[in-house]
Amino acid sequence: MSEAVRKTWSPAGDEIEFVLAKLKEEVGACMQCGTCTASCPNGFAMDITPRAMWRMIQFGMLDEILESHTFWMCSSCYTCTLRCPRGLKLTSVMASLKRLAMLSGKGRKDSAFYRAFMENVESHGRVQEMSMMSNYFFKRMDDPTLPFKFVPLGMKMMAKGKVHMPGGGQGGVLKSMFAKAREMEGLS
Amino acid sequence: MKYAYYPGCSLTESAAEFDVSTRAVMDYLGAELVEIPDWTCCGASAAEPVSKLMNYALPARNLAITEKELDGIDVIAPCSACYLNLLKVNREVVGDRSLHGKVNEVLAASGLTYSGKVEVRHILDVLINDVGAKIIEQKVTNGLDGMKIAPYYGCQILRPYPVFDDPKNPTSMHRVLTALGADVHEWDHGNKCCGASLMIGHRDVAVQSVAAILADAEGADAIATVCPLCQMNLEAYQSQAQKLGAKPIPILYLTQLMGEAFGLEDGAIQFEKNLTVSAGVRRDIANKVWSQPNQTESGDDMAEAKADNLSKGASHV
Repeated sequence: MSEAVRKTWSPAGDEIEFVLAKLKEEVGACMQCGTCTASCPNGFAMDITPRAMWRMIQFGMLDEILESHTFWMCSSCYTCTLRCPRGLKLTSVMASLKRLAMLSGKGRKDSAFYRAFMENVESHGRVQEMSMMSNYFFKRMDDPTLPFKFVPLGMKMMAKGKVHMPGGGQGGVLKSMFAKAREMEGLS
Repeated sequence: MKYAYYPGCSLTESAAEFDVSTRAVMDYLGAELVEIPDWTCCGASAAEPVSKLMNYALPARNLAITEKELDGIDVIAPCSACYLNLLKVNREVVGDRSLHGKVNEVLAASGLTYSGKVEVRHILDVLINDVGAKIIEQKVTNGLDGMKIAPYYGCQILRPYPVFDDPKNPTSMHRVLTALGADVHEWDHGNKCCGASLMIGHRDVAVQSVAAILADAEGADAIATVCPLCQMNLEAYQSQAQKLGAKPIPILYLTQLMGEAFGLEDGAIQFEKNLTVSAGVRRDIANKVWSQPNQTESGDDMAEAKADNLSKGASHV
């Protein structure tokens, strides 16, 4: 499948190659000690250990990488980055893997929160929690019961006056920056 | 002392009490906070998976405004994720000419540029290094005598950049709590991850982290946090964590505890905003139930009454 991606030129395809090349550089010095795996608080929920994931990047195993859900389990706690004896920025590598998966059209469910968050930032300048969550639920229509998991908490937060109504914020003050970044990253 | 204040999005909504208590406590300590005009979201941990460039440009915008309009004074951020994202600009962008150029190109789209001169500080850093535990201690009028607090540092203030404390064995919050007259609950989970935004998409995974943290806090009267997401995760999912063996416990912001110890008015502390602070817990804090004599020696009845009180509180959660 990655063959097909490589043969069909598109800005996103270029970006996939670019991200993968950058990733190989970033974990090139990994010596497979496994400190990252031993340190990961979410390792129990991963199908491939972080250590093995770095090896797969070194070998350029794009298809196998994209089939894994390991990187979606990263909660950005930076314990592996702090402890890596090679000083590799592993948490940032996990984020790049998430981006790689999104560029490849994978992980629609897993990336839904990040996308909803960033769309909200683009529209309002500051995150509006209620409209961000509604957008998240909209992106997660695969699970129509999902909103109900958050209803009790939402009600409590409203009762405490902790969420405000959609709208407000700083408006579209960030729109020009988002547009510029998209243009520069070749994604517009 | 004058600082550029970056509240961050959470503090305008779900963590309103963190904002109010931070402003009140800093004012009481003689530090002036000037809110960064027209500040915008730092991108939290959601920007990096979406756009590498926006991950840097979003926080850089706030530093650029500080440079332009507030003479580049130190920025103070109470939220861990805001702090790290702002700090990352100084650590990862400034000094990398190519990346710095790109970030400034994005900033130019809104008429800004960042040269890299603004210091980024977490509130705990300012409390320990600019104010100092001694001054905090002198300002206490209503000490938290006997209240046992578990200091929860979370992740992103000490990792990956340990600027003001030892990430393996942090003590900065210990020092503040001790200055307030509280006892510190020694535990192993003070710097373990709460699951962060995994709580949204993979709650079953994140709840396990929360349950382990809450279980290790057993014996403490409350957990103190300095991050709105940690606070939310530890507080709002206690009923789910209970199924995994955790006990309910109030989760308070460090600045709320400081406000209490400084004798500030209720409106500056806002315990009523916390989901885990029931009327019973508020009464206990007000009556200093933890400083009652003989509590530690003949403490069984007391401990039982306390546990009873806490579980009563939990039924409201």
